[in-house]
This record gives sequence, C-alpha cells and structure tokens, in this order.
Amino acid sequence: MSFPILTATAVLPAVGAIVTAAVPAARRTAAKWVALLFSLATLVMAAIVLVRFEPGGDRYQLTESHAWIADFGVRYELGVDGIGVVMVALTALLIPFVILAGWHDADPVETKSSRWRPTQGFFALILMVEAMVVLSFEATDVFLFYILFEAMLIPMYFLIGGFGDRAHSGTDENAAAQRSYAAVKFLLYNLAGGLIMLAAVIGLYVVAGSFSLSEIAEARASGSLDMATTTERLLFLGFFFAFAIKAPLWPLHTWLPNAMGEATAPVAVLITAVVDKVGTFAMLRFCLQLFPEASKWATPVIIVLALVSIVYGALLAVGQRDIKRLIAYASVSHFGFIVLGIFAMTSQGQSGATLYMVNHGLSTAALMLVAGFLISRRGSRLIADYGGVQKVAPVLAGTFLIGGLATLSLPGLAPFVSEFLVLVGTFAAYPVAGIIATFGIVLAALYTLVLYQRTMTGPVKTEVRTMPDLKVRELAVVAPLIALLLFLGVFPKPLTEIINPAVEHTMSDVQKQDPRPDVEAAK
Amino acid sequence: MENLIALLVAAPLLGAAVLLCGGRRLDRIGHWLGTLLAAASFVVGAVLFVDMLGKGAEERALHQKLFSWIPVEGFQADIAFQLDQLSMTFVLLITGVGTLIHIYSIGYMEHDERRRRFFGYLNLFLAAMLLLVIADNYLLLYVGWEGVGLASYLLIGFWQHKPSAATAAKKAFLVNRVGDMGLSIAIMLMFTTFGTFAFGPVLGATGETSEGMLTAIGLMLLLAACGKSAQVPLQSWLGDAMEGPTPVSALIHAATMVTAGVYLIVRSGAIFNAAPDAQLAVVIVGAVTLLFGAIVGCAKDDIKKALAGSTMSQIGYMVLAAGLGPIGYAFAIMHLVTHGFFKAGLFLGAGSVMHGMNDEVDMRKYGGLRRYMPITFVTFGLGYLAIIGFPGLSGFWSKDKIIEAAFAYDDGIRGWIFGGVALLGAGITAFYMTRVMIMTFFGEKRWQPAPDPDKDASVEPGIEVTPGEMPHPHESPRSMTIPMIVLAFGSVFAGAFFSIGDRFANWLAPVTQFEHPHPVISVPAITTATMVVLLAGALIAYLMYGHRPVPVTAPRGSLLTRAARRDLLQDDFNHVVLVRGGEHLTRSLVYVDHSLVDGVVNGTAASFGGLSGRLRKLQNGYARSYAVSMFGGTAILIAATLLMRAV
Amino acid sequence: MNPVNYLYLAALLFTIGAAGVLIRRNAIVVFMCVELMLNACNLAFVAFSRMHGNLDGQIIAFFTMVVAAAEVVVGLAIIVSLFRSRHSASVDDASLMKL
Repeated sequence: MSFPILTATAVLPAVGAIVTAAVPAARRTAAKWVALLFSLATLVMAAIVLVRFEPGGDRYQLTESHAWIADFGVRYELGVDGIGVVMVALTALLIPFVILAGWHDADPVETKSSRWRPTQGFFALILMVEAMVVLSFEATDVFLFYILFEAMLIPMYFLIGGFGDRAHSGTDENAAAQRSYAAVKFLLYNLAGGLIMLAAVIGLYVVAGSFSLSEIAEARASGSLDMATTTERLLFLGFFFAFAIKAPLWPLHTWLPNAMGEATAPVAVLITAVVDKVGTFAMLRFCLQLFPEASKWATPVIIVLALVSIVYGALLAVGQRDIKRLIAYASVSHFGFIVLGIFAMTSQGQSGATLYMVNHGLSTAALMLVAGFLISRRGSRLIADYGGVQKVAPVLAGTFLIGGLATLSLPGLAPFVSEFLVLVGTFAAYPVAGIIATFGIVLAALYTLVLYQRTMTGPVKTEVRTMPDLKVRELAVVAPLIALLLFLGVFPKPLTEIINPAVEHTMSDVQKQDPRPDVEAAK
Repeated sequence: MENLIALLVAAPLLGAAVLLCGGRRLDRIGHWLGTLLAAASFVVGAVLFVDMLGKGAEERALHQKLFSWIPVEGFQADIAFQLDQLSMTFVLLITGVGTLIHIYSIGYMEHDERRRRFFGYLNLFLAAMLLLVIADNYLLLYVGWEGVGLASYLLIGFWQHKPSAATAAKKAFLVNRVGDMGLSIAIMLMFTTFGTFAFGPVLGATGETSEGMLTAIGLMLLLAACGKSAQVPLQSWLGDAMEGPTPVSALIHAATMVTAGVYLIVRSGAIFNAAPDAQLAVVIVGAVTLLFGAIVGCAKDDIKKALAGSTMSQIGYMVLAAGLGPIGYAFAIMHLVTHGFFKAGLFLGAGSVMHGMNDEVDMRKYGGLRRYMPITFVTFGLGYLAIIGFPGLSGFWSKDKIIEAAFAYDDGIRGWIFGGVALLGAGITAFYMTRVMIMTFFGEKRWQPAPDPDKDASVEPGIEVTPGEMPHPHESPRSMTIPMIVLAFGSVFAGAFFSIGDRFANWLAPVTQFEHPHPVISVPAITTATMVVLLAGALIAYLMYGHRPVPVTAPRGSLLTRAARRDLLQDDFNHVVLVRGGEHLTRSLVYVDHSLVDGVVNGTAASFGGLSGRLRKLQNGYARSYAVSMFGGTAILIAATLLMRAV
Repeated sequence: MNPVNYLYLAALLFTIGAAGVLIRRNAIVVFMCVELMLNACNLAFVAFSRMHGNLDGQIIAFFTMVVAAAEVVVGLAIIVSLFRSRHSASVDDASLMKL
C-alpha cells in the first residue's frame, strides 16, 4: 500500500491546529509562526498531490479505502478527480494568505469591554477549517462527506462569533450582539440545510444500500440500481438544498452578508473563497453524479435562481454602504455564475464553473484582504468614511483596484477566462439565460468602480490623511495573489488540462452532449 | 519576420510593467523609458511595414501563434496574432502618433509628480491598443478592447483627486461596458454559429449561415463599436473624458482608441456585407452621430469639449463610410488615419494653448493668441484647414470621398439622405472649427486672472498657478512643438499622398475589397457643393464671432444652443432614467432583501422563539407543580392503558 | 385475611403520601410523604409476592428500602443546607431552577 497522501494533506493542518492550540498563552508570535508553517507544509503536500495526479488517468486517483462503521456500510474512502484536486490546491494555497493577513487580528485588545482574545485559538480554528475542507474535497463516501460538511460549521461558528471585525459603528456591546447574531444565523442556516441533507443521505442509503460514491454510480450505470423518478427527485432536492445554502444561492443567501460583514476580513475570505466552494463543488460531484435525471429535471428552475442571484446580488452590491457587505453581495452574484455554469451542462460551462471557483477564490481574496487592510487602518467599514486614499496610499489603492478589476472580470485577469467560459457555455445551451447573465458584467463594473471611486479618489478626507501605505507583510499577501491572477488570466492551460477530463466524466454522467455549432449541424 | 509581431505588444507592455511596479526610483528616467519603448514599438512596426511592402499584395498577411490560451472541450482560443494591411495601417498610426504624444507629454507633464505613472499608463494603453489591432480572433481582440478601456479609465481619472475626473473615468468605463456586452454577445453568437471566433474561419464562413444570424452578430458588433467610438446612443462619455490630461485626449480620445469601433466594423466587413440590415443600422448610427457631434461642437465654449464634439462627428463619418460596404471601408480607414493626424495635432495645439494660459479651457477667455504662440497658431491652423476639408489638405481628400460614397448608398432616396447629411455635416464642421479658431487666436484679448484652484474644481492641477495672476501666454517648449509640427505635416500631405491613384484603397484592397462608388449625382457636383457649404459655414462663423466682439460670459443662447451645451440633453436623460432609476431600484431591492427575503428567515426563527417562550413557562421552578404534572401524567398513562385493555 | 385488603391499605397510604407531597410546603413533611409513598409501594410489593407465591416482590421491597435510605441521606443533606442558606424549609422558596 502506498503512502496515504490524501489523508496526510488533511491531517497535517489538523495536527497543526492541535500544536498551535498547545502553544503557551504568552508565546503568541510563536503560535502564529507554527500555524503559518503548518499551512505552508500543507501547501507543499497539496502541490505534491497536484503533481502526482495524472490528468489523463483514472477518474478518481490516489484513492484510499478503509472500513469505518462496518454495520452501516460507512467507509473512509478518499479520492480526487480533476475538480477535487484543483479545489484542494486552491484551499491549501489560500490558507497561508489568510493566516498572514490575519496576523494581528487576534491580538489581545486593551480596552475594557472586549475580552481577551485567544490568539492560539484563532489560528488553530483556521487550520481546523482547512483540514475539514480539504478532506471534504477528497471524500468519496457520502456519509463521510456529510460529517465533514456539518463539522466545519463548528470552527467557522467560533471564528465568526468569537473574532469579529474590530471596525464597527456603534458601541462594543452593539457590535458583539451583531456578531453573535451573524454567527448564530450562519450556524442555524447551514444546520437547517445539513438536516435536510441528512434525511436525504439516509434515504440514499435505504435506496442504494451503500454510501460509496463509486459503488452507487456503478450500480446506476449497470442498471442494477433503479431509482424511482420521485425518489430520485426528492433525494436530489435534499442534497441540493444544503448545497444551495452553502453556495449561497438566492434566496438562501442572507446569512452571507451578515457573516462576511461581521467576521474579520481573513475569516470572510475563508467563508466565501474556501468554505462556500464546498457547496458548489458538491453540486458538481454529488448532485450531478448521483442524480443525473433529477438534475436535468430541476435545471430550468436552478438556472432561473442562478440568474436572479447574478443580477440581484450585483444590484444589492451597488446599494451597499458597507465595504465588506458589498463584497459579500458581489460574491452572491459570482456564485450565481458558478451555479449557472454547472447546470448549463455544457463542457464550456462546467470547465468555466470549476475555473470560476478557483478564480473567484483568488480575486475575492485579493479584494477582501486589501479591503481588510484598508478597514483596519481607518477603523470603519462604511464607504462614506473614506475618500482620496490613493493620494496617501497609492500602493494600497493600486492593489485594491486590481482586486476590483479582477472582480469585474477584466480580460487579461483570470476571472475573465472563467466568466466567459460560463457565459459561452450557458449561451450555447440557453441563449436567453446567457444574455441575461451578460448584464452581470455591466453591473459588476458599476459596483466595483463606484466602490473604488468613493473610497480611493476625490479630495483626501482628514481622517485618512495619515494613513500608511501597505506594509511588507501585507504586500507579501497581495502580491502573489495578483501575480497568480495575471498568470492564470494569460495561461490557464495548466488548470484546464486537469479540469477538462473530469468535466468530460461529469458530462457523460448526465448523458449530455455539447450543442454543435449551427454551421456544422446544418451539414 | 512574423516572430517580430509579438514584440510590438511586448515592448510597451514591458514599459508599463516596469514603470508601474518600479517605484520612485524610476521617477527620473521613467518618462524617457516609456518614450523609448513606444519608439521601439514604432521601429518594429516600420521594419515589418518595409518587409510587407516587399511582398506581393496577397502574401502580405503575417500570422504568429504564441500558445493555446483557453483550451476547453469544443472551445479553442489562442494567443495568436495576425498582421495584414489593415492591422499594419493601425500599427503605424498607433505607434507613430503614440510616440509623438509620449514626446509631447514629457514637456506637458513636467511638473506633475506622478509623471512616471502617467507614462506607465500610456505604455499600457499602447500595448492594449496594439493587441486589439493585431489579434487574430475576436476573444483576443476583446482583451485589447477592454485593455484600452482600462487605460482610458486610468488616464481620464489620472487626476483622481478631482471628483469630476473620477466620475468621468467611471462613466467612460461603464458606458464602454455596455458596448462590451455587445461584443461579448457577438462572440457568443459566433461560437454557437461557427464553433469558433477566429477571424479567418468566421469571416470565411459567412455564406454558410442565415442572414438573420449575421444581422444579429452585426448589430451586436455595432453596439460594441458605439460604446468604444462614442456613437449615439452611447456617446455621452466622450465629452466628460476631456477631464483627462490633454495628451490623453489627443492620443486616446481622438486619434486611436475611439476609432477602434471603426476598426471592428471594417475588420468584420464580411459579416456586414452579407447583412444589409445591419449595414443600414451602421450608416444610420454614423449619420446621426455626425450631426449630433457637430451640433454639440458648435455650442461648447470649452476648447477640449468643442474638439470632442468634433471627434464624435468625424468618427460618425468613418462609421457611416464603414456601413457602406466595400465602397466605403477604405475611405473610412483613410479618414481615420488623416483624422488621427489633424485631430491629434489640434488637441496638442489646444494643450499648448492651455499650457500657456494657466490651464484655462474656456475659449471665451482666450483671444488674440496668434502673436504670442506662433508655432501653435500655424500648426493648429493647418489642422483646422485639414479638418474642414480645405482643398488639397488631408481632410479634403478623405472626407470628400466619404461624402461621395454616402451619395452612392443606393440609387434612391437613401443615397440622397445620407449624402445630404454628410454634406450638411461638412458645413457645420467648417462653422464650429472656424469658431474655435477665431475665438482662440484672433480678436480681442479676453484673458482673465487665474482662478483659485481650491475653489474652482475645473482647474487642471499639476501645474502651479498663483491665484489671481494674469496669464502670460508663451510658446511651449520644443518637446511639445516638435510633435505638433510633425502632425501638421501629416495633416497637410497625408491625404494627397494616400488618394492620388487610389494608393490607399489599393493597399487595403486585399483585406477589405474595394469598389469605386457611383454616387447619385456627379463627383464634380458633389465637390462643388462641398466647397459651397464649407465656405458658407466658415462665413457664418466669421460673421458671428470674428465680425463682432465675443462676450466673456456666454449669452443665454437659443433653445438649441442651450440643449447642445448640455449634450442635447442626453446626459439629463441618462441621469433621470438610468442613474435615478437605478438608485431607486437598488434602494428598494436593499429594502426587499432586508425585510422580505431576510424577513422570512428571521420570521421563521422568531416564530420558533415565540413557541419555545410559551413552552418554557411550564418550567416554573416549583417542585410541587412538577409533582402535579408527574402524577397527572401517570394518571393519564394508567387511564390510557386501562382504556386500551377495555377496548 | 384476604391479601387484597393489604392492597387497599397500600393504595390509601400512597394517596395520603401523594396528597402530602402536593399540598404541604415544608420540605421535611414533603420528604416524609415521599417516604410514605415508597412504603405504600413496599406494602403492595409484599402483598403481591404473597398473592402470586414468588419472592420477586419481596426482593424488590429490599431494593426500595436501600434506595429510600440513600435518598434520605442525600435529601436530608440538601434540605439542611437549603435551610442554612435561606432559613426556611419551604419548598416553594427554592424555585430557582427555571428558565
């Protein structure tokens, strides 16, 4: 038996979490370094996984399988396909930036009303989330996935509720109430989805007699497992509901702005760039693969929901007065694009959606982390409290602009590639939906540029006059992200090569073929 | 040779990267580096041009594929370049005028502390614009298309601390995005129709699909062109774009970027040729814009905004010509090139005037400057003669051809209408340009003391002005006058050089085809008519502005004048319908999201809370009440058991 | 004597105990009433044991006594400490255990 590298990739951050938590309270800086080193080691592991993955090979690679709860047929089964391996890599890549950006977010504060903040806990929780997210991208056993899907709520709950953004309007007590409201809302919303998913997971076991993704898929393909149409649809809805909450899809999105607004910027990145991706990833892996017919049945409704998310999220972003809530609504719009690409069920749409998950992670991280640096300098999240920042902090403004341009999918930056693929893929299957989604690009320009204009340009406000520019640590966070955005915008081939075969598998799962061009079809 | 093509883009791109990331260390040499790399790009273009001339007309197109960009099942996009005669023309124009304006900017931006960044943006613009014209597929063209939009955004908003500049930049980008939507949909249509969006396969396969589909693609491309080239109904951003530094207005918003729409239409000629309805739409847009721009140009007192109206109008001519099909493509491009010379020259002249006049832009506060700025006067004057179509100068050759071609739209009423509009436009052009000329260089001195920049946001910052000081008009430094002189040469001679023996049309013919137009009336008659309206326009302008003194504060003016000063109320329409409407929409959506969507969620949570609140009243802490419920429960259980037994 | 009479007596004792638990406030009296109920149960167990002729009921009666003894130990300790802190043996005064 070979070295269980997938388990190792997930266990490493978990061990890191324990070690970080065990660092003595006074050695705060040491804890940070421990966390950073463990996250970097995980990144190395993920890179090894990426290298060892053969794009042209089997669908699931580097598989591991052990009996776990034998009485119920629950197994500890891991394996990655092209989509999973990319998501693991994205997660492992982003966590070091999250840790580095949140370097001082959990330092103790000296004011009377705020409690002592356990720095060790903050970084341990981040690593814990990483471990669970990585494992959930690797799990090929439905029950195992379900457990991780739910378990990652616990560290997230504490990260949101325990370590809020220090920049807030109003009193400390008020802010604490807001924060706990956001954390509870996040938890309850996702638990509700998880509960329904649990029912569907049990239902799936009753029908199929197994939790193993590959076994069920095989049984379905060979015809030995015949699901009644209604059963399949109900099970599909159970799974989809949970994923749509996590994604989040309109109208189940309202927890996201609260959570992202109240959490610190790095935690907000953790929510939207990492944890939420589990939702869209699971749509691709579980919904389409286990319930292909029901997925096709639900497609029209889901496409409409995705379109509403795109336009509605963008319009709400325009109307926000809080920088972080604006970015949260922009994310709602972007998740609409991802879901649209997945359910357009064309090669371009699904490749685009997978790429979109990666690129959205990078672009939101860039924008949100710079926004966090900005907010920490002024101590306010309100757009109206800024103005003329580019005059005093040009590097900060420049990186903020690049993050914004990535968010509005400027050609030449990575998100353009994925957004255009999603648009083309959707347009080929559903032209009207494609055109409506195109309106998203105008609205994206609107909310990004309005944000930039109101915060960065114009006369310098007195309060920002002494604002320092980006420090070395902050630049070390932003510069690699921007470099990646540029590189993947021009040369996304390394990723598409890995993703394409996986997408072909998914396309054959749902038995869909790309629509042929009119000119060829006419011949 | 084809390996050199990538260098065209690479040189300015390198410049942009170095200048923007380099930091303050490069402040002292940044402008020289930027200019050098722009010039390098021009040299590469010239080498390729000479090489191209040495080949037969049909073998001149070069291709270079760098690598596969987005390889996805059924979807191939390459980073690949194509350099044919059409692209070559643009490459020379962009790098040539671009280099001149880099040189000019060295002097113009001398006192601006952010000059290095300015040159970085200029280089970025050059790279994007070159990418736009040498891309070999629509998706890569789209990259350049948005790239120039970004550069334009950055440069319009270069003086970001001025709220008006920041707003203008945002507006330009947003209006352009509406156009980009058109380009995006056009590419999607091409993909679903042809399975590809590379120029060769798409333009070669137009015969295999329906006219309806081609019309749809054509209209979407037209929407894109309207955004980038400031054509009605997406023209509103161009006037505001004059908030940018003047060299930017000359390079981007006069000579090169705004003509990208014309390039797009001419490049997609095969699609438009097969879709007459789309062509008609192009011609109508061109005709409406050429009048619109001309009318706006007549009313503006801001010299740059008057020139911006003129730009809009001249591009209207080009779009009109591009809509005429093979009889017009060559003339559209020819006018584009000559316009690039004289309009860039005029803008640089305007910049030179502003430079000497404490950055005053109101022509009513100029007057009598010809004695103080002789070089500016002469070069501006030659540009003026060229744009109005004075016989023998560039504009005469190119604009006359377009008027002829417009008369040749068809044999019937449309030929007369479009020809007539083009002719009328020539008359108005002569009027507003003469007005600019007289108000700036002739007549009384109407100079005013410099305003206080703290109080008046319209003052261009960057150059130190002492409030209250009277302007001391002076000729600009040599780095500024030399580009003006070079451009003036182009304004004078380019037209004749291109036109004699249809040299330019034949050069482009392998790409765009060329047919001689057959206007509804004879060519000499058209030329005569053009001369008559031209003289009439100039004469009216002289009578109104040269013959009697010009008031320093603008008179109220007629209804049309007042409307034209406000861009024919289009901005007001946008403001009321789009901005206000959008604000209301977003505000009500925020409310809906908070109270309805989130309300349902919070309501569910609250109802559970209420229920448990009632249930918890049972837990009152009294041991005896618990005992009662225990006994009661037991009694009920026993009773139920007995009852079940009995039944 | 008819063993059923013992059951009647047990029911009577249990009812008295239950009524005492419900009506009286003094913790000691409530406690004694609980003991009364337990003993009523014991009586019933023994009576049943006799009626059915096996020893299970008597064994359970021993268990009940052990439990009752343990209960007295814990219960009296609680009552005493409650009385010390509140100077009252009323069960209604100790009503803090609520939401």
